[in-house]
Amino acid sequence: MSAPVTHQARSADAGPRRLELSLLGRWEVLLGVVLLGLVIVGARLSPVFATAQNFSNLTAAAMEVGIMALPMTLIIIAGEIDLSVESTVGLSSAVLGWLWAAGVSLWLAVPAVLLLGAAGGLLNGLLVTRAGLPSLVVTLGTLALLRGLASVVLGPRAISTFPTEFTAFGFGTLPGTPLPWSLLVFALLGLVLGVLLHATWLGRQVFAVGKNQSAARYAGVRVRRLKTVLFVLSGTVAALAGVILTARLSSARADAGQGLTLAVVTAVLLGGVDIFGGSGTLLGVVLAVFALAMLQNALRLADVSTQLQSIAVGLLLIGSVVVPNVVIRFRRGGGTR
Amino acid sequence: MTTSLRSLPTLLARQREWSLLGLMLVLSLAVWLKAPQFLSPANLSQVAILAAIIAVAAVGEALVVLTRNVDLSVDATIGLVAYAVADLLKLHTLDVPAAIVFGIGLGLLLGIVNGALVTLCRVPSIVATLGTLSVYRGCAYLLAGGSQISLSDLPPAYVALARAGLLGVPLYVLLAAAVTLVAGLWVGRTRFGRQVYAVGSNPEAAAVLGIRSRLVVFVVFGISGTLAGLAGVLWGAKYGTITAAAADGAVLQVVAAVVVGGVNIFGGSGSVVGAALGALFLGLIANGLVLVRLSQFWLQAIYGAVILVAVAADAVIVRRMLRAASERRRAAQSAPGAGRA
Repeated sequence: MSAPVTHQARSADAGPRRLELSLLGRWEVLLGVVLLGLVIVGARLSPVFATAQNFSNLTAAAMEVGIMALPMTLIIIAGEIDLSVESTVGLSSAVLGWLWAAGVSLWLAVPAVLLLGAAGGLLNGLLVTRAGLPSLVVTLGTLALLRGLASVVLGPRAISTFPTEFTAFGFGTLPGTPLPWSLLVFALLGLVLGVLLHATWLGRQVFAVGKNQSAARYAGVRVRRLKTVLFVLSGTVAALAGVILTARLSSARADAGQGLTLAVVTAVLLGGVDIFGGSGTLLGVVLAVFALAMLQNALRLADVSTQLQSIAVGLLLIGSVVVPNVVIRFRRGGGTR
Repeated sequence: MTTSLRSLPTLLARQREWSLLGLMLVLSLAVWLKAPQFLSPANLSQVAILAAIIAVAAVGEALVVLTRNVDLSVDATIGLVAYAVADLLKLHTLDVPAAIVFGIGLGLLLGIVNGALVTLCRVPSIVATLGTLSVYRGCAYLLAGGSQISLSDLPPAYVALARAGLLGVPLYVLLAAAVTLVAGLWVGRTRFGRQVYAVGSNPEAAAVLGIRSRLVVFVVFGISGTLAGLAGVLWGAKYGTITAAAADGAVLQVVAAVVVGGVNIFGGSGSVVGAALGALFLGLIANGLVLVRLSQFWLQAIYGAVILVAVAADAVIVRRMLRAASERRRAAQSAPGAGRA
């Protein structure tokens, strides 16, 4: 008796989903074209642009944002948001510097910092899932809290006495290639999360929770646990980004990473992820990370001021939502009206 | 029992206002015991003036949040308006009253852009205002080009605003009180104002009732921009030294004031009075830290903790009230004669 019902539900569901999929497919193609266009325009703007050294630099500069955008993708697909990542970067950098200055070995300090990031993520996750609070406010609270703790730990100091083996991890490259170390981290994390999200039952649960939370719960998804795990992942990865940033700048500061949340959310939304959850792909986000990096690099090479760059990023963020909205309305209009 | 459910938001708001007042009294007492200069007129008016600037912006933010939206661009609006007004005054392009009108008008314009993005282009408010946050801030940097405006560049009449007062009450406080009063009467007593609550608490029902929710949201963003513009004018006159980074990060204080003031972040319940009191509460904390000589580095951590505690308290209170209401209903159903509804 229940068979026809589920069948009906499925076929009713297939229509919009197919539309969405084709749209998303196009979105990634579009991003690929944009990326290609940026390379061509960049190469015309400056002879420096299309060199291995420049690509290496622009990649290294984009990796902190890129790495944080990966778990953020999963969180936004699951219908939540984590605004606190940039403060986790700051706390991670500050504590790392503080521990190093106190004579703690980096082999101990780095895992400790990652654990701290996980703890921050756990706090976010528990407040959202157990106390039932909106993630927007919770992570706005921890955005202030963690940044405050970072400045309590380190104050206005900057610690820059790190050993060269550590800083080489930040601006060195993989032996024999122009690829920065952080790209390896990004690629590995992207691969693991991409497979998890798009090829396993865990990933389907993330989409299910984002599409319809109560339906997902009735279907047996442990919504609270899943979301908590995602927030812990986001916190840990943000702490890792803090370590990488500290190594790249070879300086630990309490204000490290200020303003990065905007860049991370921009990359995720530009990558075609729906801010209301339930749809998006990791590939789109990866493409968006590189597109943003190239855009900023090309603008810098063209001597466009950083102020104009921030305007461009803001407009891109808005445009990444407006354009698909217009496309959808245009298509629907063509079909029904 | 229907009355208890219907008045839940109002009850919650009242409770929050009184408990905030109580908390502020306790906090003031504690600070005063450690640092008697707390009660000096100079210090009190300092606290009130700084809180008034945030309160003006927080009232606008509260209206936006009541409709189930959020405006993250307020601090960029404050900064851009503060710099633009100061720049025009420095160049003697406009006299002081005209520059003030210009600043408030610029705020309105920026708010209208937000409102149009949210209602016409259907961009979720968090995305739209996160985007305009960096666009508006970028415009301020573009305008400033790295230079700063100092107190000596500004006409004395403008700077005097921050020191003006009536019967010992600073002008800023009077302005903030007036803004809060008018906004409170508007959402509480007028037909259009009540629709702000209706849109936020149940958009579908509001649509069924024939409320043009997009118009309401658009208007509310316009008001938020206008009040942020007013806050920008006040900010410039108070601080005197203005860079493109003016009021950077103040959005946190504004949203914190709204949340601490008991406005539900999911919209539909809370009051603008609460938001204004929330701003005063945060101002007291900042002042208390300075007076008891705690490191300023703690301030942001404390603000974060205050936000978390406030939303957690909201959740607990709402849950308890809902449970009490349903228990009363059950009691009334099981014993119809003894029901005390």
